[in-house]
Amino acid sequence: MTEKPDHPDRPEHSGYSDQDVQREVSALQEKSTTAARLFDIRRIIGGLFVVYGVIVTLAGLTDDQAAIDKAQGVNINLWTGLGMLLLGLFFLAWLKLRPTPPPPAVDTEDEPQG
Amino acid sequence: MQTPTLPPTYLAGQLRLPTNWLDYTLLGIYFVVVLGIGFAARRSVRTSLDFFLSGRSLPAWITGLAFVSANLAATEILGMAANSAQYGAYTVHWYWIGAIPAMVFLGLVMMPFYYGSKVRSVPEFLLLRFDRAAHLLSSLLFAFAAILIAGVNLYALAIVVEALLGWPQWVAIVVAGFFVLAYITLGGLSSAIYNEVLQFFVILAALIPITVLALKKVGGWGGLSDTLTKANGDDFVTAWGGTGIGQANPLGANWLTIVLGLGFVLSFGYWTTNFAEVQRALSAKNLSAARRTPLIAAFPKIFIVFLVMIPGLAAAALVPGFGTEKSGYQYNDAIPYLMEGLLPNGVLGVAVTGLLAAFMAGMAANVSSFNTVFTTDVWAKYVVKDREDAYYVRFGRLITVIGVMASIGTAFLASSFSNIMSYLQTLFSFFNVPMFVVFIIGMFWKRASMKSGFWGLLAGTTAAMVNYFVLYKRDIIAIPTDQGANFVSAIAGFVAGAVVMVAVTLFTAPKPAKELQGLVYGTRSPGMAEPPAEGDDAWYRRPALLGWGAVVLAAVCYIPFSFSF
Repeated sequence: MTEKPDHPDRPEHSGYSDQDVQREVSALQEKSTTAARLFDIRRIIGGLFVVYGVIVTLAGLTDDQAAIDKAQGVNINLWTGLGMLLLGLFFLAWLKLRPTPPPPAVDTEDEPQG
Repeated sequence: MQTPTLPPTYLAGQLRLPTNWLDYTLLGIYFVVVLGIGFAARRSVRTSLDFFLSGRSLPAWITGLAFVSANLAATEILGMAANSAQYGAYTVHWYWIGAIPAMVFLGLVMMPFYYGSKVRSVPEFLLLRFDRAAHLLSSLLFAFAAILIAGVNLYALAIVVEALLGWPQWVAIVVAGFFVLAYITLGGLSSAIYNEVLQFFVILAALIPITVLALKKVGGWGGLSDTLTKANGDDFVTAWGGTGIGQANPLGANWLTIVLGLGFVLSFGYWTTNFAEVQRALSAKNLSAARRTPLIAAFPKIFIVFLVMIPGLAAAALVPGFGTEKSGYQYNDAIPYLMEGLLPNGVLGVAVTGLLAAFMAGMAANVSSFNTVFTTDVWAKYVVKDREDAYYVRFGRLITVIGVMASIGTAFLASSFSNIMSYLQTLFSFFNVPMFVVFIIGMFWKRASMKSGFWGLLAGTTAAMVNYFVLYKRDIIAIPTDQGANFVSAIAGFVAGAVVMVAVTLFTAPKPAKELQGLVYGTRSPGMAEPPAEGDDAWYRRPALLGWGAVVLAAVCYIPFSFSF
């Protein structure tokens, strides 16, 4: 706990201070590219659930009586499929109405200044 | 962890699910999407902050759903359903008192210090607030526990997949391990979090049909509670029945140990200091989003209990003596039993996918928090310091591979020594408790000295273990069940940690006041002064409203379970 400080401005006993973390993380955050380059997850959720919804709804429409009897007389494939389809469409609509916000101006460059 | 993870024992042999090509198609699509997310997220990783914390840039609804999802691992889903089949409606305590207050506390009170101080991990906060000894101890213990839990998760997955789908255990371990490895190595935390958000919706799509059909089969809630009351007594479908001090109940705990042990100590320890959870909030794009992360998570958490408890109760009502030897089922079989009996192909595939997704997400949450702590807290601070940032990204990827390999190894170990594993898991579950003491005292008491952190951690952990493994296991004090003993041990660890911290503080030097800026209640750091983003002042985004709303809602949910009519 009492080792030599690497820098004179660092406090002797801890070796790593609040300011160090603040400086380091702020610098990294400026160079970070996640905000600019990460895709929007709503597209994936929407896409997957539309596909799932269509497949499972079709399964529900073609289910035989045995499948319906197994599920207590409910056409569970149909209902679940429709539910998933709606959820998928909800995400796609949300994406359409509120598109991904443009990234902060600093981060738009492909090759950042750092 | 906080979940009553039952030892991963064998599922009943007759539970082979009648899956067909349709179910496997749905499962296959999911695996492709999981990998696709990894590849697509890869191009967003440039700095170590991108890899370990998604560049602190994600919106609150994403981090919030990931927060609840990281906890919604399959061991939790199967375990809570098992808990309900065994103990009844007491399960609600793990949600309404054992999660919500702690999540709200994290968002309203603690998050400004975590996020505002810009720390990248929970141990890093300890380094700033206390000293290197506390930091190193907590980092190493956390890293070790994360790998262990990831391995146990993987082993549990292998057992379930073997029973339900007939794959050999090693195939399941290697396949699931590979997918987790691939998507975290490629996309870092962003791909872990995105997959968690996706998993959240898939698991809902799996559990809702099971719950609805199970309720229909037992004749609705009325039929369910009548059957269970006849078979198991009046208290089985109430939350507080039989929990008076001195009364006997199947849980083996009274209201005081439930409120203090589960609701306060265990729950606050898990939700506020477990980095696998807190990491999700630290990746949010600003302080407001970070505070809202656990608060947004609280709302689904309040209602998820119904989706695991009702199937558990229904299984207990449908098969008399479910879980006991003569029924042929384990408690853990509750959800697989209903899947087999109620779901036709199609929805069955969704349910299998949901379960596998939940296993993988549970493992991924541990791996992605492990690689962060190991790289930024152990490697970059004590082993290879001051290298360029790209080095730490490379190292983070490398340690992810090593971490997954280690958990695969742990999973194979667990398959031959499952008793040792559940023992180790209990051992580490006591580690969160003293973490919480150290945090709470460190955050609210300026005087708490630098050295008190380390000794508080050590004393609290030791006390909880001694209470559990010596006093309880050797029958020196009488507690009826493991769960009850867990609660009492947690309280013992909390008290011991607090007492030792105060004692050590009285004899050692405090931290200079200027080094405590933004780390202790009543101080501010420059990071906290960021102006709120546009739109964050909307009424429905106010943390206080969200937080208190969740607490009130959880309290209201208790009402129908608190009185017998």
